[in-house]
Amino acid sequence: MLDSRYKHIFLLPALLALVAIIIFPLIYTVRLSLSGWDVNFPELDYIGWDNYARAITDGRFWDSMGTLYLMVLFCVVFEYLLGFALALMLWKDVRAGRFFRVLFIVPMCVTPVVMAVVWRTIFHETLGPLNDVLSWFGIPGVPWLSKSGPAFAAVVIIDVWQWTSFMFILLLAGLMSLPREPYEAAQIDGAGPIRTFVHVTFPLMAPITLGALIIRLIESSKLMETIYALTSGGPGSSTETTSYLLYIRGLREFQIGYTASLSIIYLAIMIIALTVFARSLSRLMIGRQGPVRV
Amino acid sequence: MSAHEPARERVRGIAMSGFKADLYRVLKYAALIAWAIFVVAPFLWALSTSFKSDPGVVGGATYIPFLEYEPTVDGWTALFRDTSSGGISMQGPYLSSLVVSLISTSIALFLGTLAAYGLSRFTFRAGPLGNNDITFFFISQRIMPPAVLAIPYFLLLRFTGLLDTHLGLILVYVAMLLPIVVWVMVDFFNTVPIELDEAALIDGCNPIQAFYRIILPNCAPGMVVATLLCIIFSWSDFFFALTLTFAKVQLLPPTIVILNSNKVPWWSLSASALVSVLPLVIIAFVLERYLARGTLAGVIRE
Repeated sequence: MLDSRYKHIFLLPALLALVAIIIFPLIYTVRLSLSGWDVNFPELDYIGWDNYARAITDGRFWDSMGTLYLMVLFCVVFEYLLGFALALMLWKDVRAGRFFRVLFIVPMCVTPVVMAVVWRTIFHETLGPLNDVLSWFGIPGVPWLSKSGPAFAAVVIIDVWQWTSFMFILLLAGLMSLPREPYEAAQIDGAGPIRTFVHVTFPLMAPITLGALIIRLIESSKLMETIYALTSGGPGSSTETTSYLLYIRGLREFQIGYTASLSIIYLAIMIIALTVFARSLSRLMIGRQGPVRV
Repeated sequence: MSAHEPARERVRGIAMSGFKADLYRVLKYAALIAWAIFVVAPFLWALSTSFKSDPGVVGGATYIPFLEYEPTVDGWTALFRDTSSGGISMQGPYLSSLVVSLISTSIALFLGTLAAYGLSRFTFRAGPLGNNDITFFFISQRIMPPAVLAIPYFLLLRFTGLLDTHLGLILVYVAMLLPIVVWVMVDFFNTVPIELDEAALIDGCNPIQAFYRIILPNCAPGMVVATLLCIIFSWSDFFFALTLTFAKVQLLPPTIVILNSNKVPWWSLSASALVSVLPLVIIAFVLERYLARGTLAGVIRE
């Protein structure tokens, strides 16, 4: 065993930094949520639970939460299906495999908000290339950013473009680390490619899939930057996610106290939702026999 | 990491009849090429747009230079010109982004690898909490949405006079990057046998020397992955740069978004978008070498 007198030198600096920069501000947010701090009255008074009572009846806040969850659902499902399909295709030796792999991870590396600016020109109704290409196939132009349905779809398309690459690389790494014995057994049993996938690859990949899905759920629930650059939450508030609303209420309208209470509610709901979701997902995918040890 | 090579051979060994196999191969390459086109389309569009001038844009979408529009380099020279002469002078924001992301990456790497090594090698107890709980505490900070932290950061930095400074932003980025470093590095240190540390100690190193002379060089791939991820995240951050800096400090992402809302012509907007993501595209090429080799598989499994 190593000399443990040194151990705190290693851990403490990072731990203290994290507590100072994240935990302390979080506690401060709780305190702020009990105050009436706003533009006209910028002070830390105490008004009890008024902000929370107001938040409960704030329809726009709950709408933003609904929009967010619907968006996250669409994005993560598409990203998983496409990412897994691409990973399976590039798992075995493929001509120009490295070329495809490099290309496919570029989107997750580039700045989301800068790409959203580029995408905005692509979605432009009259001058953009997307409607132009659609017209080649006789499809009439779509008002991408001025109707709520297409605007929602545009946000999902951008997110899928960007983050399928992330699913792809995680699942590909997972596929490459699978043991070979189960495949030998499947081959001896004479299983075809589909049965091998259903009975060997998919169950073996369950823990990695679960990890990848949870990471994406966490990251996509922060969705805000694409919306800021692409639609500003519009048209109306049809693409307004909770993070975007918090930004508007807090740092545009400066309703500090009220926004703090919205933040706390949002964080609590998100942690509960993620925990419940992760639990049920792991039960669904891994079943009762417990996690597959690989 | 070549242990999985035989597994791939086995999979290929699973029989498919000739016609089915050919059909599968054709469909597979069609799908791969379709996705590749989807991935590069926005970059090609931006590249094409960056060489346009008014006639190439206002008449509807055009794609091919010389054939459909007369290319100019106006969009690219605008990057270096002042706003007074119709430019958007990107050098300042570029330098700021470079400084902020490199410094915050270095600090996060320094603190994060130390903590990850500690968590990998020593036993920590804090009441009922052990090493795994502390590691989870680090990683779980990724759950925190930036929008929740924006208000306390804004007030805190204003209170300490760090609002609209490089230092304030660096502090925030260190907190954002630390969980990533710890997440990647704990797993890497766990794969290095503890006998290596002990051998170094017998050779007369103290634990800190053993760490950076012996263990760290053995975890070079992990360090590369952690560094590149940190650079990607700090270079790409928009939210904190938007809310915590305004005038004195201007980073790339907010600058480009503001250009977008200021009706800057598409060609200089496209050129600025391309130069700002170029370093990240280069990083993608390096990152692929490490990521596709199962480097992250153990990390995800937790």
